[in-house]
Amino acid sequence: MRIGPFPLTRILDRGAWVFLALLAAFSVLVPLANLLVPPTSPFHVSTYAVALFGKYLCYALLALSIDLIWGYAGILSLGHGAFFALGGYAMGMYLMRQIGTRGVYADPVRPDFMVFLNWPELPWYWYGFDMFWFAALMVLLVPGLLAFVFGWFAFRSRVTGVYLSIITQALTYALMLGFFRNNFGFGGNNGLTDFKDILGFNVQADGTRAALFFSSCVALALGFFICRALVTSKYGKVLIAVRDAEARTRFLGYRVESYKLFAFTLSACMAGVAGALYVPQVGIINPSEFAPANSIEAVIWVAVGGRGTLTGAVLGAVLVNYGKTFFTTGLLAPYWLFVLGGLFIGVTLLLPRGIIGTLQHWWDERRSAKPEPSEAPQTGAAPLTNPHPAE
Amino acid sequence: MVDVRITTAMLYLSGVTVAFDGFRAINNLSLAIEPGEMRAIIGPNGAGKTTMMDIVTGKTRPDDGDVYFDGVHDLTKLDETEIAELGIGRKFQKPTVFDFHTVEDNLHLALKNDRRALATLRWFESVEELRRIDKLLDTIRLKPVRDRLAGSLSHGQKQWLEIGMLLAQQPKLLLVDEPVAGMTDSETQQTAELLKQINQDRTVVVVEHDMTFVRELGVKVTVLHEGSVLAEGTIDQVSTDERVIEVYLGR
Amino acid sequence: MHKIFDSAVALVFVIGLMIVAAAPLRAGPYEDSLARFLADSYSDTDAAIGGVAASGHVMAEEVIRALQDRRLMMSPGSKTIVIKGASGALRNAATGQPLAAPPADLTDVRINNRVRRAIDAALGSLTLLSPDARRRFEAAQAVFKSRDESALPALDTAIAKEISQGVRRALSQARAAVILMQSDAKEADKLAAVAIVRDRGDQDALAVLGGLPAETAAPVRKAAADAVGSIQNNLALWSGVQNAWYGLSLGSVLMLAAIGLAITFGVMGVINMAHGEMVMLGAYTTFVVQEIIRTSYPGLFDWSLAVAIPLAFLVAGIVGIGIERGIIRFLYGRPLETLLATWGLSLVLQQAVRTTFGPTNREVGSPSWMSGAFEVGQITITYNRLWIIVFTLLVFVALLALLRFTRLGLEMRAVTQNRAMAASMGIRTARIDALTFGLGSGIAGIAGVALSQIDNVSPNLGQGYIIDSFMVVVFGGVGNLWGTLVGAFTLGIANKFLEPYAGAVLAKIAILVLIILFIQKRPRGMFALRGRAVEA
Repeated sequence: MRIGPFPLTRILDRGAWVFLALLAAFSVLVPLANLLVPPTSPFHVSTYAVALFGKYLCYALLALSIDLIWGYAGILSLGHGAFFALGGYAMGMYLMRQIGTRGVYADPVRPDFMVFLNWPELPWYWYGFDMFWFAALMVLLVPGLLAFVFGWFAFRSRVTGVYLSIITQALTYALMLGFFRNNFGFGGNNGLTDFKDILGFNVQADGTRAALFFSSCVALALGFFICRALVTSKYGKVLIAVRDAEARTRFLGYRVESYKLFAFTLSACMAGVAGALYVPQVGIINPSEFAPANSIEAVIWVAVGGRGTLTGAVLGAVLVNYGKTFFTTGLLAPYWLFVLGGLFIGVTLLLPRGIIGTLQHWWDERRSAKPEPSEAPQTGAAPLTNPHPAE
Repeated sequence: MVDVRITTAMLYLSGVTVAFDGFRAINNLSLAIEPGEMRAIIGPNGAGKTTMMDIVTGKTRPDDGDVYFDGVHDLTKLDETEIAELGIGRKFQKPTVFDFHTVEDNLHLALKNDRRALATLRWFESVEELRRIDKLLDTIRLKPVRDRLAGSLSHGQKQWLEIGMLLAQQPKLLLVDEPVAGMTDSETQQTAELLKQINQDRTVVVVEHDMTFVRELGVKVTVLHEGSVLAEGTIDQVSTDERVIEVYLGR
Repeated sequence: MHKIFDSAVALVFVIGLMIVAAAPLRAGPYEDSLARFLADSYSDTDAAIGGVAASGHVMAEEVIRALQDRRLMMSPGSKTIVIKGASGALRNAATGQPLAAPPADLTDVRINNRVRRAIDAALGSLTLLSPDARRRFEAAQAVFKSRDESALPALDTAIAKEISQGVRRALSQARAAVILMQSDAKEADKLAAVAIVRDRGDQDALAVLGGLPAETAAPVRKAAADAVGSIQNNLALWSGVQNAWYGLSLGSVLMLAAIGLAITFGVMGVINMAHGEMVMLGAYTTFVVQEIIRTSYPGLFDWSLAVAIPLAFLVAGIVGIGIERGIIRFLYGRPLETLLATWGLSLVLQQAVRTTFGPTNREVGSPSWMSGAFEVGQITITYNRLWIIVFTLLVFVALLALLRFTRLGLEMRAVTQNRAMAASMGIRTARIDALTFGLGSGIAGIAGVALSQIDNVSPNLGQGYIIDSFMVVVFGGVGNLWGTLVGAFTLGIANKFLEPYAGAVLAKIAILVLIILFIQKRPRGMFALRGRAVEA
């Protein structure tokens, strides 16, 4: 693709416009169908469904963040759930502080679990979380900082491939063990829950839920736009170069670790935002969010939709999670793990490009079959057509 | 940095030794390449040719010895990125281009430019860059396939693309590892011409097995054996050297 | 019996403690004391309890227990004390013979709080005289901790009678502890007591020496302080030994879990996230074998593990070969895809086991030769942990031998070092790949047999080990079995030495962080290969 002087046309190709338009329609129609359409109407969307869709959107943003580093930079993180959960905890801490005297122990400052554990005062790292702007900052800063420090060590030492995957898994595992402890100061295995207000609005109210859903749409759109801007720039080209031939990129004079570190940190921040929006919509955050299984499950969303295609990551997250909801709420519940496990195996063996990747590949093949090789505009996000990427 | 030149040579290796698990891949190797020179390095398999390139480009650190570039830069203290930035370009034995970028994007990535991450975020193509790319495409004869993915090129085309990328870097010193492996005779000839042309304003080190090609280049030859220099001179001199014959043909 | 009684009385006088001083000496101390219950006054009852307890009579404990349970009765008319059995049957407390006809004037011996206290003290000292050596030992330990002065006469009696060396030592230590608490004991006695307590050398001894009464004389104090110092040194040493032992034990568990991975990941370079599930399959194989033996051949139970080991190897090995042929061979050269596919497989295997055997823990028993424990100095060593260490080392040696001395091992090494070359030498590389993977999985199955002895056998068994196993292999250095051995034991011991300072969870976190930092320094592990081969 020719990199032209007009960034917006570069960033938003036809596929991206379609995606953003769909998302915009969704962001308006779902809340309206919930708030304005009477429950008796077949077009009514229940509050439960709004929260459920909102949850999918948060997962989609997490998938986007994973796709940015896995699909484009070739870094398979099995610990992105940790950044998601940290963002969630930052938001959860804000929501806990908003409970105030409405808790069981009616302590104006300390959350219930601290009173229960006889903690005389608020630990220092809970300071400031009564202010939304501070919590919002921490949602970005805490995952970002952890990713920066971790990535700085890992990328500088050239830990790559499965080694990196395994230590990211160990990272989230270690955090899980820590957050399960009561004396860590984050509510132990119960986590943070029983939220009342967000910015003064009742988190249970339909209006608040609709607003949260809308915010999730906006966050996803923004994340998508940032990722598009990144991957269509020369920076994105360098990232792909790193993914496919890291040593070669180094010999060209690119400081590979800076490129990876930037993408990894940004990706962690996005995952943090996804977690922060997730918590008020599901009403709880606990240490099981750090479970290594969660992170690796998020990776499969990306694989299903199509690694290296941003819309694929979103589609994969929504599809797999819809499947999960469908299976686990009925009689089929015992079979869900068979389906999920089968998905891991089936996608890697039979559909290595994922859904969108396969469609794009098929489209490109058809197009290049036509005898007009020069100046053929390529599809936006560089599809991962490599069945054997150098890892 | 005090600009005291250790040597006038463009590339200077002295007493370089590196061992892998006790095996000395490079053993007390000394070599000096003068500015503007083209040097061919030959040697049987395992003579340490690729390891020597690894040391110069920062991929492998020597256990002992000095490596200086342009008389002032101690290459043993720098990593690959820094060495590339100084102006040393490398072409690999196996052609490595970015398969999932177009030919043109491959050249864009190699083009001498600000390599920092933030700069690449803001970057967009200037007319000047487009002109340079066009010129390079002409040089390496890949203009008709500029929009094809590099992965779909033939082996010879990939070799040429990689040479084009080397040129785009505008390095002072080019290290070229087996540039004609897998090429047809006419391609080999063209490559020799291309290298000579490049040598007009750059220093070039060529590692090659193909004796016809080396003869074609007509430059000074260094023969490596078991990690050190066995003989040095014109192709005719070294090919009549008894030790060289013994190494190549066996006892 | 007289002699014991005399010496007891003598001692009682010496230390000025009055329990049975006034007891008449005619018909024998037991009978005399018993008679005092007839007085029907609390103080006489109190004295009677002490007398009965100190008599060492076979009926003594029964009488006092009966009193505790309000089953002791008296007949002032016939001057008889009667024990009512749980079923209501009456017996003469003096002789133990059943009573033919209950006396008409039978009434309860009354008790109040003071009497109850006397009963408790008496029962405590009575167990010191119990015919069962273990109970005597436990009673001595209890007195050592309670340092109850009233136990002293019973202690003296018991020490004089004691035949077991170990129990006698415990009794003397208890006596020494009591003496140290007494304000009026002689300094020389106290110094001797300090020496005895010092020889005991454990935490309880420290508690005794650290809690001396305020009025203790200076020389005794100094001796106690010296003793505390030497005990603390000794304890530190033993706690080191203990940690090392726990570390070895944990290391052997890590080694068992990781050794199969050292083959599949280390040698073949295949990331098998379902490795833990191979361990789990081995554990369930053990369970099934034991179920069959329990129902059909109960006499063979001690051999159940010997039967389970080859079966577990076969089951896990065959599943492993199936995985290699069905999934992994399509993914060679794509490690990240292999990782995802095998993770999916682990979910399927877990759920399959959960559906078949249920989600709860299954009971896997230990054969008799693996249960129990023995003591070395201050630490206790359980047989199952010991056997697992031995077993781990056996598996390791067998694996080394297999790789080094067999045709299969030779071909495996050839294929992993240079696949193309091996193929051109006529080695069927695909077959070797499958067999190597089967071997790694089979060893994981064997590990499952061992782990079923110390861990819960549940569908999640394997998940708990997968991260640790990878850490061990990565830490030890890929492609090197010795590295895995050193890695496992280093991590095991480091973990257990950190635990006392940080607690179990924080120690684990600390270890994970340390490994992450270690990988930064040496990305290829402790025993890493160097050079161009690494790039392949």
